[in-house]
Amino acid sequence: MSCFLINGYPDTRSHTRFSVKFGVVVFPGSNCDEDCRHVLKNVMGQEADFVWHKDRDLSRYDCVVLPGGFSYGDYLRTGAIARFSPVMEAVQKHAERGKLVIGICNGFQILLESGLLPGAMLRNASLKFVCKFVELRVESADSAFTKKTKKGQRLRLPVAHGEGNYFADDEALADLKKNDQILLRYADNPNGSVEDIAGICNKKRNVFGLMPHPERASERELGSVDGRKIFESIVSQ
Amino acid sequence: MKTAEEIKLTPEIIQKHGITPAEYGSIKKILGREPNLTELGIFSVMWSEHCSYKNSKNVLKLLPKDGPRMLVKAGEENAGVVDIGDGLVVVFKMESHNHPSAIEPFQGAATGVGGILRDIFTMGARPIASMNSLRFGKLDDNGNTKRLLSGVVAGISHYGNCIGVPTIGGEIYFDESYEGNPLVNAFALGLARREEIVKAKAEGTGNPVFYLGAATGRDGMGGAAFASKDLSEASEKDRPAVQVGDPFLEKLLLEAVLELLKSGCVVGIQDMGAAGLTCSTCETASRGNTGVEIDVAKVPQRETGMVPYEIMLSESQERMLVILKKGREAEAKRIFEKWDLHAEAIGLVTDDGLMRVKENGVTVSEIPAKKLADDAPVYIREEKEPAYLKSAGNFDPKSLGSAGDLNAVLLKLLDAPSIASKEWVYGQYDHMVRTNTVVLPGSDASVIRIKGTNKSIAISTDGNSTYCYLDPYEGAKIAVAEAARNVACAGAVPLSITNCLNFGNPMNPEIFWTLKKCIEGIRDACLAFETPVSGGNVSLYNQNPKGAIDPTPTIGMVGLIEGREPVTSHFKNEGDVVILLGQTREELGGSEFLKTIFGVKAGVCPRLDLKEAKALNDLMIRLAKENLLASAHDCAEGGLAVALAESCISNKGYEMGAAINVGATPARPAGGRRVAPTDVSTEALLFGESQSRVVISVSPKNLKKAEEVIQSSATPYEVIGKTGGEDLAIQVIHRGLTPIPVRVLSHTWRNAIGRRMRG
Amino acid sequence: MKAKIYVTLKKSVLDPQGKAVGQALSSMGFGGVRDVRMGKYIELEMNGADRAGTEKNIKAMCEKLLANTVIEEYRWEIQN
Repeated sequence: MSCFLINGYPDTRSHTRFSVKFGVVVFPGSNCDEDCRHVLKNVMGQEADFVWHKDRDLSRYDCVVLPGGFSYGDYLRTGAIARFSPVMEAVQKHAERGKLVIGICNGFQILLESGLLPGAMLRNASLKFVCKFVELRVESADSAFTKKTKKGQRLRLPVAHGEGNYFADDEALADLKKNDQILLRYADNPNGSVEDIAGICNKKRNVFGLMPHPERASERELGSVDGRKIFESIVSQ
Repeated sequence: MKTAEEIKLTPEIIQKHGITPAEYGSIKKILGREPNLTELGIFSVMWSEHCSYKNSKNVLKLLPKDGPRMLVKAGEENAGVVDIGDGLVVVFKMESHNHPSAIEPFQGAATGVGGILRDIFTMGARPIASMNSLRFGKLDDNGNTKRLLSGVVAGISHYGNCIGVPTIGGEIYFDESYEGNPLVNAFALGLARREEIVKAKAEGTGNPVFYLGAATGRDGMGGAAFASKDLSEASEKDRPAVQVGDPFLEKLLLEAVLELLKSGCVVGIQDMGAAGLTCSTCETASRGNTGVEIDVAKVPQRETGMVPYEIMLSESQERMLVILKKGREAEAKRIFEKWDLHAEAIGLVTDDGLMRVKENGVTVSEIPAKKLADDAPVYIREEKEPAYLKSAGNFDPKSLGSAGDLNAVLLKLLDAPSIASKEWVYGQYDHMVRTNTVVLPGSDASVIRIKGTNKSIAISTDGNSTYCYLDPYEGAKIAVAEAARNVACAGAVPLSITNCLNFGNPMNPEIFWTLKKCIEGIRDACLAFETPVSGGNVSLYNQNPKGAIDPTPTIGMVGLIEGREPVTSHFKNEGDVVILLGQTREELGGSEFLKTIFGVKAGVCPRLDLKEAKALNDLMIRLAKENLLASAHDCAEGGLAVALAESCISNKGYEMGAAINVGATPARPAGGRRVAPTDVSTEALLFGESQSRVVISVSPKNLKKAEEVIQSSATPYEVIGKTGGEDLAIQVIHRGLTPIPVRVLSHTWRNAIGRRMRG
Repeated sequence: MKAKIYVTLKKSVLDPQGKAVGQALSSMGFGGVRDVRMGKYIELEMNGADRAGTEKNIKAMCEKLLANTVIEEYRWEIQN
């Protein structure tokens, strides 16, 4: 153990060779925006800017991050109001152009509300907010977000949400399965999600939403570095 | 309808405002005339115990506030400021929200969190961690306690999670004295660069005074006064005094205020907390040696027909008073608009020292600000040693006979809600947001790193009220010592404390005596540990129909770790050597063992030798500095046996057994005191709560070096066993527990609270 | 005009909150409750007197924002 340690700045940056430009969207009430940018910049060594929710231009970014938090206080429904923010039109276009979009926690909820991903979120079956490390199983490594993992691999990431109980009707579920859109499942379901679903992508496989927080598990001192696998996948385009 | 100026103040109206005839005389003297109703209302909230500390000021001054790291001392501002080096400061405070939580646990606790966070960010510091000290009645078979616990935890979770400040830990005790009068003490800590700290001052005649945030409604009318009255059966009907919090709005305020302060257009800023607009205007004027003039007609209002009296006394949440530099208003407005916030110019800084309130240009009250804010009456209350102390102290635990099967006793203790894992609680708090929490809740202290530096902050909150009930002086000393020991176990140097003093009615001489003794205990411990008091609050009148709560000082200790990783309390590797530091004495009085096994709250509480405690802390810090510790865990409620069990099971999913045999090896240093003298009973050795003891584990390769370091200190120690295996086995001087699978210990300890809450 | 809008989870979607309330009611001794569905109640004060136009407007609001039709259904009443 070194006696001189600078918090949050690992000596060996995983990827300085590649450069992916990330835009981290800040909605009123986002609270994981800084955490995402920190990991992308200081751990992954990439470019990462904040994008204000009233901005309409995302053309300079390769990957847009919709971070966790309580956009608009989660009033009405989680993500329901944020999805009408001006930036979301640009996110839609960004996705249509085949560029990458990742929504984490509240970001996933916003993607569902905006229709960029199928399904909806319900309150956790326990009716309580749940914050803890959970174990996930990679269901598909065939995506820009999981290519650095292997199918069946276990990842240990934290969850922190009150409404992460993913719901899709039978038809939508069959579709998700048929198209291999389920990327992550919980090994021990913390919220009642249908079929233990923790993360899904769209049909084009360039929009990804997940409830667990990879940015909270990308540094050794935080107890897990499994979250880096997701960012490494994105960075190795 | 009569206006407030026309209403004749009768003795009843005055009394209803909690103003005594003598206080009324002082008011008349300050004003040089009779006050009107609005002015009476203003005096009543400013001179309530909550705002003025009139009953406790005289004893609070005993607390040490000075130290080389103290940049803003207790009482000068809304929170204390402590230097942590390299141009960085931490700002922290703990505050009670007991009475609102008793009436409406969800909103009471939520607004408690909101209030303490506002105190931090209005100083210019970004809040980076929250904790809380909670007290409830007994959890068993009590629907009301379950309702209160559920509500309080959900309220803290609602507010803290949404605003995005991690709730990284705290403590909870259950005891019948809190039946119907739970305690909710919310702690928050913020980080800033030294030069970023702002004062809550109104300076510069002609500077505009802005109102920022939520519109004013009739919320918590006279809440500050309400908080200072006994809770009686009637308070169920006082529901309008409950305020509703809006964490989303506060998140916007937080970001906007920090951006605003960075812009340099702010002179001073203060949260409208207790006593709302009244307190913030007269205090900023008093600190700035100026006056402030506002027009209540300009105050954004949520309800119609509000009169100046109501606007001045409202306690609507998420509002603040901002004094801007003249000419910079447009710049500030751009920031408010960016965050979709409503701000309104409501007045000006003046040079006449008056707090002048107008309504549509007509003056409705005019009071010298300094006298209102600072000249509240100070009372020296009568004190008397409580009668119960003698009989409680005469109790001899040995008179109770055998506790029976020791294995069963340990399991019962692990199942006791005050000892059991608090996972059911902290699992509902987002304790990881901001990605700084390097020691998660469940260790002796929680630790957050400061990114971009080699520093981490360890925080612990503590306060064993049973000890304080049995011996207020010793109990309060122990509260400080345990908090200091907890941060030292993490490897941190204790820096400073904040505290909440929760007591019953101070007019009762016996209660006042316990308050004073507790303060003396805190004083002596803080002096010994060199941890000055940076601030805090006093909550009196904590009574339920059966009587007062046990005296409950809660301590929030902040410590600093530099250039190394924190130490946690769970065993890490098979085959590590387990060592007990510190001496065990025949001390079962006031223990959780007596409470849980025999239902007895009596006896002499453990003694605390401050020199011994300080030496142990210094030793812990040295061991941590030399990277010799695999784990360190303080012996607290439930004694050595519970401490060992917790070290085995607190790392969920990675539980590890240990084989322990106390008294099997000779005392070290040779001829020194034994950690477990043979004349101490088995029960006391296992479950007694002697102070200044820590269970550590060290890797065999570090053992020699660790022993050298320990031997150079004054702390007695003994190698008591090894980690590993599936079971915990404890022998103390040829008696003890048969091996218990750690799986069983873990299940009992982890599910104790959840099981009761479901039941 | 005042519009009263009720948003509830679809019958096909499990309502954990409703279930918990149902269990609580029965454990408190209130018999005869077969099912509990929880929802949201939204009240809008509307300008104008064009009833048909208002109805159309409200439907659009529900579809776009007030309800998530993946999981929720809605109905409304209008009071003059």
